[in-house]
Amino acid sequence: MLEVKSLTKRFSGLVAVDQASLSVAKGSITGLIGPNGAGKTTLFAMVAGFLQPDGGSVSYDGRDITQLAPHVRARGGIARTFQIVQPFEGLNVQENIAVGAYLHTPDAKEAMAQAAGIANRVGLGADLAKASSDLTVAGRKRLEVARALATKPKLLLLDEVLAGLNPSEIRDVLPLVRDIRDQGVTILMIEHIMQAVMNLCDTVYVLSQGRMIAQGEPRVVCEDPQVIEAYLGHGAAERLRAERSHA
Amino acid sequence: MTKPRLSTLAIIVAVLAAIAFTGLSGALLNLMIFMMIIALAAQGWNILGGYVGLSSFGHAAFFGAGAYAMAVLQTRFGVNAWIALVIGIALGALVGAAIGFLSFRSGLKGSYFALITLAFAEVARILANSWNFTGGAAGILIKLQTGLPYLQFADRRYFLLIALGFVAIGLLVSWWLEHSRFGAYLVALRENEQAAQALGVDVFAVKMKAIAISGALTAAAGCLYAQNYLFIDANVAFGSWISIEALFAAIVGGSGTVLGPLLGAIVLLGLGELTKSVSGGIPGMDLLVFGVILVLSVAFSPNGLVMLMKSLGLRAPKAKEA
Repeated sequence: MLEVKSLTKRFSGLVAVDQASLSVAKGSITGLIGPNGAGKTTLFAMVAGFLQPDGGSVSYDGRDITQLAPHVRARGGIARTFQIVQPFEGLNVQENIAVGAYLHTPDAKEAMAQAAGIANRVGLGADLAKASSDLTVAGRKRLEVARALATKPKLLLLDEVLAGLNPSEIRDVLPLVRDIRDQGVTILMIEHIMQAVMNLCDTVYVLSQGRMIAQGEPRVVCEDPQVIEAYLGHGAAERLRAERSHA
Repeated sequence: MTKPRLSTLAIIVAVLAAIAFTGLSGALLNLMIFMMIIALAAQGWNILGGYVGLSSFGHAAFFGAGAYAMAVLQTRFGVNAWIALVIGIALGALVGAAIGFLSFRSGLKGSYFALITLAFAEVARILANSWNFTGGAAGILIKLQTGLPYLQFADRRYFLLIALGFVAIGLLVSWWLEHSRFGAYLVALRENEQAAQALGVDVFAVKMKAIAISGALTAAAGCLYAQNYLFIDANVAFGSWISIEALFAAIVGGSGTVLGPLLGAIVLLGLGELTKSVSGGIPGMDLLVFGVILVLSVAFSPNGLVMLMKSLGLRAPKAKEA
């Protein structure tokens, strides 16, 4: 469904993303993991159209979308959430979600009704009239997801929706993500919380210093010495293996 | 956020209309007409500055476009006043689109957008001041011809009603914004442009529409101004005074609200006039009062009088209980 080929992005000398490729199968939950500063969010921004790559291409549903503006991609069914939540502060929860719903209906009543429905689905049903700035962190993360869902996406890009949540909140959100996929939405997610990645993802890509260093099933990827070294430093895989054989 | 109902707006307009027929003196009628013209200009400013959050310092460009269209078309081409009015409003929208195209294409926001609008208005002022076609520094005098076809009335009340009619349109436009997809998009842009883009909002197109509507409303105010005073020159039509009063009325009244600009214009000009009469006409006293009002409103009611009234209204019943 989504094909990313050798995407490259340079920020004046620093190569943030270096020839990274990934592919997301329709109906899957695909994870993108990697240490801090690996370039995950930059890669996301290029997929959603917020940054223009310096090289490579992005195609979606078999169409090259590398040059398309973000709003055009959104209309085509690509929705994203932001790592740093970005609610419309002057609007309440329902109005926030309605902005997404307006993508498919010009009618205010219809959009507000759809917004209420989606709010229920993500667990914000009781907070419709709340100012978005009054929500808890978990609530704002849900609002991000709700707004994106309101655009009726085919492909949902989730940028660390679990970051900043406590363990019980994470347990609440995991079924929501799975439920979204079960409704037919393909998901590409950046995530740091390994419990979630192990639990949800069919395939995982690992980005480190801008390069894709591994891909595959979550369990296999976690054992990959290259991945362990990317997270824990050079020689870590070796040491871990040594410790294990001693024990 | 509570939104005013249509019936509330209708009552406000009806009350203002009724006031016109309570036997006001000519001076008071003139003041009310001026209030309506400023309110209309402020309503235009509010669309862009209030709802989209793009504060313009140069709404004089639209006001002047309307005023000059009105004056030039009538005096030089013998165009009927009503048709000139329509063309003037359309010209305001067009000037808005032109300024919008140049500034939004390069993503200007905040103080950069404010400065560029100021620059456009100043360029227009200098051009109008030096070009013979627009009457140069001498300005243009519109011929006095009373009667409905000329949009001039011996009875001031009729002109007030027409100005009030335009303010009512301005209220309706703002009301519609608060109940429509377009309005939701404007506020979404103001709050977070990136997030809006991610939800499929065509930022450029929405801003272009907003500035065109904004320009049209403020140009309508310029048309009415020219037709009311029958004289304009570059410093009146394109002067920074109108840019300031438009944004001032909207901000003091409550930017991004339906009633803010109208309320702001009435309060500001009312107080200004009061000061003038009390101070015995010391020049600039009303401006001094404007300044004080601005300081007070920023300090105590940064969201404008509309919001202040609402919060007072909410507090009042609680005070009774206690």
